[in-house]
This record gives sequence, structure tokens and C-alpha cells, in this order.
Amino acid sequence: MKILTGNDLKTGAVVWWDGQTWSLHVDHAVDVGDEAEPILGREEAARRVNASYAIDAERDAQGKVRPAHIKDRIRALGPTVRPDLTLKPADPEAGNWVI
Amino acid sequence: MADTLAPGCDEVQFRFRNDEQVSDPAVTVDAFLGQTNAAAVRVEPGDDVRLLLDHLERVRLVEVNFPSFGDGRGYSSARLLREAGYDGELRAVGDVLVDQLSHMRRCGFDSFAPDRPMDPADAQAAFGRWPHVYQEAADATQPIWTLRHERDGNG
Amino acid sequence: MYRYDQYDQAMVETRVAEFRDQTRRRLEGKLSEDQFKPLRLQNGLYLQLHAYMLRVAVPYGTLSSAQMHMLADIADKYDRGYGHFTTRQNIQYNWIRLEDAPDILADLAKVEMHAIQTSGNCIRNISSDQFAGASAGELVDPRPYAELLRQWSSFHPEFLALPRKFKIAVIASETDRAAMRLHDIGIRIVENPSADGAGEIGAAFYVGGGMGRTPMIGPLIRDFVPLDQLITYAEACLRVYNRYGRRDNKFKARIKILVHELGAEEYKRQVEGEFVHLLEQGVEPPIAELERIKAFFADPPFDPDAGDELDLSDPDFKLWVERNTHPHKQKGYISATISLKPVGGIPGDASAEQMHLMADLAREHSFDECRVTHAQNIVLPHVKKDELYGLWQKLEEAGLGTANLDQVGDIIACPGLDYCSLANARSIPLAQKISQRFAENGKGDALGELKLKISGCINACGHHHAGHIGILGVDRKGTENYQLLLGGSEAEDTSLGKITGPGFDEDGVVDAVETTADVYLRERKDGERFLDTYRRIGMEPFKEALYG
Repeated sequence: MKILTGNDLKTGAVVWWDGQTWSLHVDHAVDVGDEAEPILGREEAARRVNASYAIDAERDAQGKVRPAHIKDRIRALGPTVRPDLTLKPADPEAGNWVI
Repeated sequence: MADTLAPGCDEVQFRFRNDEQVSDPAVTVDAFLGQTNAAAVRVEPGDDVRLLLDHLERVRLVEVNFPSFGDGRGYSSARLLREAGYDGELRAVGDVLVDQLSHMRRCGFDSFAPDRPMDPADAQAAFGRWPHVYQEAADATQPIWTLRHERDGNG
Repeated sequence: MYRYDQYDQAMVETRVAEFRDQTRRRLEGKLSEDQFKPLRLQNGLYLQLHAYMLRVAVPYGTLSSAQMHMLADIADKYDRGYGHFTTRQNIQYNWIRLEDAPDILADLAKVEMHAIQTSGNCIRNISSDQFAGASAGELVDPRPYAELLRQWSSFHPEFLALPRKFKIAVIASETDRAAMRLHDIGIRIVENPSADGAGEIGAAFYVGGGMGRTPMIGPLIRDFVPLDQLITYAEACLRVYNRYGRRDNKFKARIKILVHELGAEEYKRQVEGEFVHLLEQGVEPPIAELERIKAFFADPPFDPDAGDELDLSDPDFKLWVERNTHPHKQKGYISATISLKPVGGIPGDASAEQMHLMADLAREHSFDECRVTHAQNIVLPHVKKDELYGLWQKLEEAGLGTANLDQVGDIIACPGLDYCSLANARSIPLAQKISQRFAENGKGDALGELKLKISGCINACGHHHAGHIGILGVDRKGTENYQLLLGGSEAEDTSLGKITGPGFDEDGVVDAVETTADVYLRERKDGERFLDTYRRIGMEPFKEALYG
């Protein structure tokens, strides 16, 4: 699937296109198919996202969205070396998902 | 390749001179060196502006082109012309943005023809932003070290 | 250390106002991201992997305790309670919001700090020797010259759109603790080498060093520039670069490529021509300005009766003294390095609490001054020997007492893929594993001086080319892979590391480092460091052990 990601202009937070808006959670990301460019163009122009781009991802067996590249998985979760600063500080397995 | 450029393609939006604006079309450096009657020349980033130094007395307008605001060669070109004693109009053209204006002034530019007009209030704020400067450049602003010390002979 | 006068203060405050205005225009849509990016970069603000990252300048690595306290406050108020000290003596915060950035710069301005030109295609932070003003081996304190260059380079109107970034280091001793030869311009303050100039002090200029994709050691361009022509010569070097540096290819845009492609002789010829011209333009500040700056770097009020003995009966203290202290020019004093590399820790990171403690220790034990080293540690330059034991105990309590300076556990590592969008591989977990491995196998102590440097990508922010052992993270078909290099040195015996052979996965490269260390332990002769043994026996024995 093709999903969209970027950063919030004001806060810098990593965000994912959920079909309506930009979510902090990669699991909300939707498959945009061929529509990446027009969506990104519109959202960037309205400054609802910054530095956005499309990436490959797949749904895993649990239905979770898994970006194809490790860099985007680190963006999705947070630094592997500071689990306390990630989106899932209480989940000891979260880092494994990245790798 | 045309060696003159369409007049008016860059409107002068700001000018810090009292004399009459030069309206001659600017020719390329190569063309300028090859003819005797041109008074306006356009310098591209890759041009060696020192080629003009022997001819400065007939130049009334130098346009320095910034095809991309990130290409800073035009700043050196401008300063070199002023250091050589050029006192005609020195115009920044092309991808000229608000946030480069004060630096361009300091390098000796006295007129500005951005390819996209800028908000005059933003530009005015930019021109007047810096009350002090750290270093000597092509403008008349005294560097901070002259305010700290009497200017000495400075060998 | 240097203190701002009204003009310096006005400059940083004007910069804050300018950036506040630029941020407003970006948020209002008057500036596109392409237009805003170079502006925010020249205020140290990156858009990074997790958020905006702010790189605050620590000019030539020198901080007062008030400044270190402010860095801690910023970590707490605007970030997530910690900061990262970098290989250029700066500090980085990883979780910054654009909307807060102008306020952060305003807070920094209150303590005479800023983030000016810590990124972007301009002249960056001027770095120096972490023992400047304290070490016996220096000719003079190099920092006044660094401060003179800092002011000259700040908002220099001709050099704000260079082909690429520009890094300058200034030292004043034979010993090079600032990786001077690996900078775009490296300056060593020297005595005039010519017979009739005896005693005169000036600057030797090395131009065209650097790391990254194509590491190069900067050649000597001018062996002596008189002090009252230092700025003019620097300006000439920069102008030639601005005019002729490559702008067609981002990876060939540093001055090292220009010097390499022209040849050092031709580059020098062009600089000398520009220099002669610029001497007539009056760009040099008067010597009185250098003297004014120098006055800020006078010796602190040392106690002439300070005791010169250390009680080394505590074996842990003795080890820390042997490894982490450096002789001082003043009897009774010593320089102490606070390690930010605890076993299994994140190299160069410090919590806000640790920063507050280091600030207090600087105030109490080091005349209010501390230094950031390019190896990502902190130095207290002027500690009374009588107070050293008490200081060490406080460091131990705070987890800052690791006795590993320049040992295998004192790893330089870039933030890597955990933090950096440029990276191909994570570097921090690797540093943690290596440091843990050598703590567990007990070989760390036997290895002695071994400078290990890790970069998560070819941009080489971890200085891996200059490591005795260097590791480069690469992307190998979508997985992290690591190349091993041996024999680099950032010191005055500058050399660039050579790759051993095929790369390794993360666990493989940890084993490879241990294998490499074992070869050294087996082959070394008396007194040889790892680097010396490598230089004597060459790559072959290591290759054989690694690849069989």
C-alpha cells in the first residue's frame, strides 16, 4: 500500500494521512493508491503538513501498518534507544516492530 | 542566444539612488566586451566580474543575476565591483527574496528587481533590520569594531 | 571567557527578532518551505526524524555555568529533559517545536548564546582545543582568535550563500586536540618560522580538509600570516571558495574538492592574489580589537599557594586521575574531563539534571567555566588539585565519573538513524553494545588509548575516518550494515582509516571490534597504542583474523 507521511509544520511531530487529516499514529494511515500527489499538494499548500512524501507500507497479520523502510518505522515509533520517549513507552515489544 | 534581454522583465521594486534609472537593456558580459556603446551589462553567477574592471567608466548599470537565491556568487561580484570603484547602479535581479536584502545592500547593491514582487512592508523591515554590523563590506556602515576603538591607520 | 558588550547583545537580539519575523511569515504562508529552510538552518533549526532539532552554538566549546544552567532549562522547558553534545562542540535538542524556536533563541540571548549559523551553507561554529587557556603545551590561548573569527563570520554578507557548509578550527599547540587538519580551514597559531621574524606570532593556514564522502587532510596553504592580517587572509580564502567552489553537485561542493581539483598551489595562488587586493580594502579589525578580546581570556585568579600533591590511595580515584585528567600550566591545578560515555549509555547525551550539576561544579571548582570537547565530553579546565577528590566523588554519584577518556568505551557516535533522517543505520545501539562488550570481557583496561568512532552514514558526523577504529553504517539492501575501518587519527599525526573488507551486521561488527582488539593485544610491543601497532604491522593480520 502507499501511505503518506510528513511533519506537522508548527510542532514538527511525525504525522500520517488517515484519509481526512494527519494523525500521530501510523496505524491510522490509509492506502492512497495513486492519489499521493494531489493530496500532498493540497495539504502542503494549506500548511496542514510539511515535508511530506509517500512511502510503501503493508498491513501485517494483526492489521497494523508497517512502513517498508526502517527509517519510517523509527519515525513512526520514536528512537529505539529511548523507549521512554516513544509513542509506546509502556510496550517492551515496541522496539522489535521497528527492527 | 540573444545578447540583450527583454526590457522590463524584472521590475525595479526598490532603488536607493537619486539619479535617473538606467533603462538601457543589459547585455551579457561577452557582448559588452565586444562592443563599445553598451552602458548596461548583466553578470551571471559564472561570469568573472573582473573582466569589466577596465571598462567601468562606461558602465552605468550592472545587473547581477541570482537565478537561484542559494547561489551566492553574486554577492562577491557586487563587492568586487564596488571595491574597484564602480559607483554606477548595481542591481540585484532574479530570485531576490526579502531575507537577502540587507546582505545585498551591504555588498553594494543599490537597486532591486526581484522576479516576484515582495511585500513592501516586509522589505522595509528587512532593509532596516540591522543597526550594527560586525565586518567591513561594500556599504558605508561602520563595523562594530570602529565603535569600540578609534579607527587606526590599519596598515 | 568572552563577555558580550552592548553591540554583541544587540546583534543576537536583532537576530531573534529577525527569526521571529521569518517564522511568522512561514506560518502565514508568505514563505514556502524551500525559502524558509535556509533561513531556519542558519538559526540552527533542522527538520529531523522526529521533530525539529535545534543546534545551539557553543563558540569554541566554552560555556559559563550560567550558560550551562540555561541549556538545562531549555531541555526541561522546551524539550524532553536532555541534550546531546556534538562532535563540533555544540549542543542539540531533538524535540523542538517551530512555534517555540523564537522564544528559545530569546532565552539563549539572555545568557549571551545563540544558534547563529550552526547549519546552512555558511561559516559554522569555530571550534578549538578543549584545554585552551589551561594546558602547558600551547603557545597562546587560541580562543581570542576564534572569537575574532566568530564575529567576522557572523552575518558576513558575502558568505551567507556559500556552495556548502564551512567549518573552521583554531589551535595553538603542536598537539592537535581539535582535528584541525580535517576542517575546511584549520588554523594553528605559531611563531614566525622565518629567521628574521623570531618571536612574532601569527597563523598557519591549512585549507581543504574534511571528512564525509571524500575525506581529505587539509594541505598547508600559508605557513605564516601575521596576526594583523588574519581576518584578511581568511576573507581571501572564503572569497575564492564562494566564487569558484562547485555548485553543480552537492557532494562535490566543499572547499576540499576545490583545493583538490585546482591543486593546493593554484588555490594558494588565487588566495594570495585576492589577499593582496583585500589588504587595500581595510577589512582587518585593528589590533586593539584583538587585544580587547584577549583581555577576556586572561588567567583566572589562580591561588599561587595551591597544593600540588594528589592523594591517590583510593584506586578508583587513581584510575580516574590517570585517565581523565590533564596537566595544567599552573602549579596546583589540573584539568578534568567529565565522561558522557557511561557503559551502555548514549554517547554525548546529558540530562538536564546532569547539566545543572556540571554547571554547579564549574562554578564551584573551575572558575565558572567548562568546555565541550569534540569527543562529546565536558571539561572542567581549572580545578584545584586539593578539590579534585571531592569533585570526583560528586561526579561518581551522578554517573559522570566513568574513567574512560580516550579508551575503547569513550566512543564518539553520531545520533544515527535513531534521530537523523540522513542516516543509513543506527549508531547508538552499536556504541552501547561495544561499550558493554568491553566492560564485560575485561579487555577494556588492557587496551589503553583506543579511539573508536561511529558514523551512521557517509556524512561522517561521527568522524569515523579519523578513528583508530572507525565504523560506518550503510544501508545494504534495506538492512543496516557496518563497515570497519582501521588506522585513522584526528590528532597532529592525522591519517584516514582504511576499510578492512566486507561489512558486518550489528552483532557481527561488535565481534569484529573485539577480534581487532585481540589482534592488537597479541601483537603489540611495549608502549604501543593500538594505532601504533596497526601502523607497524599493517592491515593484513587484522584482515586475516576478521575474514579468515
